[in-house]
Amino acid sequence: MSKVSEAEVRAEVREWLAANWDPDTSLVEWRGKLADSGWGMPQWPKEWYGRGLPHALARAVEEEFANVGAVGAAKSGVRLLAAATLLEHGSDLQKKKLLRRILTGEDTWCQFFSEPGSGSDLAGATTRADLKGDFWIVNGQKVWTTSAHHADHGLLLARTDWDAPKHEGLSYFVIDVKQPGVDVQPLKQMNGHASFNQVFFTDAKVPQENLVGHVGEGWKVAMTTLAHERRGADGLSSPSGRGSRVGRIYAEERAELEIANQPYTWYPQRAGRVDLIIERAQETGANKDPNARQEIARLMILAKSAEWTARRARAAQQQGRPQGPEGSLGKLAASHVARACSRVHTLITGAEAMLTGKGSARDGIIAEILVSVPAVSIAGGTDEIQRNIIAERVLGLPKEPRFDTGPFRNVRKN
Amino acid sequence: MSTTHETKLEPARRIRFALTDEQEQFRSAVRRFLDDKSPTTEVRRLMATAEGYDPEVWRQLSSDLALPGIHIPEQYGGAGFGMVELGIVMEEFGRALLCAPYFSTAVLGACAILNAGTDAQKASLLPALASGARLATLAVTELNGDWDPGRIELVATPDADGYRLNGTKSYVVDGNLADLLVVAARVPGTVGREGLGLFTLGADAGGIERQPLQSMDPTRKLARIDFRGAHADLLGNLESGPAPLVRTLDQAAIALANEMVGGAQALLDSAVAYAKLRVQFGREIGSFQAIKHKLADMLLEVELAKSAAYYAAQSAAVDDPEWPAHACLAKAAASETYLHTAAECIQIHGGIGFTWDNDTHLWFKRAKSSEVFLGQPSYHRELLMQRWGV
Repeated sequence: MSKVSEAEVRAEVREWLAANWDPDTSLVEWRGKLADSGWGMPQWPKEWYGRGLPHALARAVEEEFANVGAVGAAKSGVRLLAAATLLEHGSDLQKKKLLRRILTGEDTWCQFFSEPGSGSDLAGATTRADLKGDFWIVNGQKVWTTSAHHADHGLLLARTDWDAPKHEGLSYFVIDVKQPGVDVQPLKQMNGHASFNQVFFTDAKVPQENLVGHVGEGWKVAMTTLAHERRGADGLSSPSGRGSRVGRIYAEERAELEIANQPYTWYPQRAGRVDLIIERAQETGANKDPNARQEIARLMILAKSAEWTARRARAAQQQGRPQGPEGSLGKLAASHVARACSRVHTLITGAEAMLTGKGSARDGIIAEILVSVPAVSIAGGTDEIQRNIIAERVLGLPKEPRFDTGPFRNVRKN
Repeated sequence: MSTTHETKLEPARRIRFALTDEQEQFRSAVRRFLDDKSPTTEVRRLMATAEGYDPEVWRQLSSDLALPGIHIPEQYGGAGFGMVELGIVMEEFGRALLCAPYFSTAVLGACAILNAGTDAQKASLLPALASGARLATLAVTELNGDWDPGRIELVATPDADGYRLNGTKSYVVDGNLADLLVVAARVPGTVGREGLGLFTLGADAGGIERQPLQSMDPTRKLARIDFRGAHADLLGNLESGPAPLVRTLDQAAIALANEMVGGAQALLDSAVAYAKLRVQFGREIGSFQAIKHKLADMLLEVELAKSAAYYAAQSAAVDDPEWPAHACLAKAAASETYLHTAAECIQIHGGIGFTWDNDTHLWFKRAKSSEVFLGQPSYHRELLMQRWGV
């Protein structure tokens, strides 16, 4: 990679945008240009739709895009996890066939990892893929699949060897979601939303060329996907221009994001909405109750401390210092904050906390907080798993004895 | 939290979330000194003495490391650093549980003089504190144990050449040891926040009777002081009202919060080490999730409290308008964390954790005295709400 300065990169991208950016072009056409020029994903390798720039310079490119209100490559949902996984483990054929359509937004992706029988223990997957002729035949069930109902491709973790130990009998595939053997059903949650799906595979077909990495290396490949998932911020994608920008491309982008963000409208409530606590206390008069004041202060101290801990982790990273324990605690801290919020919102809201819907406190937002918070300590790794990880990796405590070694066939399952 | 509320609470952008390389080096130097000078055998030896500190170690930390004046401006004989460096010293002292009159002299005494004194008073009083030659303390609470300055009753009556103090102060840190006393008092006929001022007098002045209290935390000595017409000088002026005292208490809260997170970290380290060592049911107890999860929660709590303590120190150092609120926040957070970590550390040690020979109780008792000193967590939570205008 040749060394280029930030000023050079900025000048180059500015010139390119001046020559090419047109808000009245179609979204797909514009993103095709981004993919072919490498400006959509400048941190990707040159041979695969990128420019091989370091992340710091890629951020500068992003700023230049923002300055002129130019729309970026498609980034919502699982697609970037798919791209990152393919870039690291995919064959050239897979990259050629799939990466460009990820960036243009033509293809939507989903992730088939969790199963009813394997949640925290992801490697215990029992969805099977058996090689018959030129195809892998898939049977089983996946769950907690966001956007499966409009996805084109899925990242599939399936068992291909039942005699190998648990982690060594898995393989990783790209599966075509829109085929007869794949049945997608919405999964309704306790808060009434259906942000996820359960997906049933009955003799679904995967061509051999869609195996990612080697047979039996599925766990390793899945780790790449999960590492990128942890790194990426969860939640809503925001449009490149303000809502008011005029041009065909902005309208198309807004429509795209509306679909992509639809499953996540309740996510802010899931995190507890600490931002509402003090104004709610003032509007309900709970700020005059000494007990409520104590509870509010407790919560705000927790929330502020958690926020500052995240800032400390980022600052250490920016200074190139080795990551301290503060970097591994964010998820567990967020869980505590969310639960504390739920408690204090109830305290502040009083009897009205028994109501839900538009007629209830804050047009139902408070009720949605109370019934959404339980997800935080489960989704993306339960608090208990987080504590195991922190205890073993940060504090260096010994692992528990295992009962899932030897041939997976003999391991106890649900 | 991206809210209008946050904007209201965090106007300053200059607050740093990481120490500079120089500050890290300073921390290492302090830690090396303490590793050498304050092993728990020394803590145990000194806590059993009446004075509670080793004058030779005090001389070394003063002359070699210039710690008592770390935050005192150079013009008054100090090193000219600020609250962040003071926080680093306190955190390391808390970790090592150093027995020394540092909190009393450098934090309570010196900050009070810095906040209230005239230039001449600072020039006359601070150099001896910065050099470690003289020990000082601040007397605020009285027999009622109240930290609210409005509840001060001790009276300072003006006379020909100063003031005469009458009343009793209690829970005075190192009150039996200090050469210089800074006393919060009110002029006759005033109540609440009116008529408050800070007064100084040498401990050898007439009309003072000092009585050591039997403190549960033997590493931090407390005293009761009776004033019967003792002659004192007004520090600064009466027009400033309670502001210099309040500022001093807030700075002390931040310093103490940093000391507390240092202690909490020492307890966590001790609990983790023991969980890796102790075998029951044929395995290290640290391999049981019941213990693992407890330790992971302790780590989370300690890191959160550190964030609060560090932020408050940075906030005060840049004189962020919100820093007094951050002081309350840090004091409440660190108090609860320190005590909880101490209790859990005993729990993880099991029976041996409850013995005198095990060191955990030394930190437990410091956690308890620090939880109460300057006001309990509930007091600081209420103050936080008031300062945020809730």
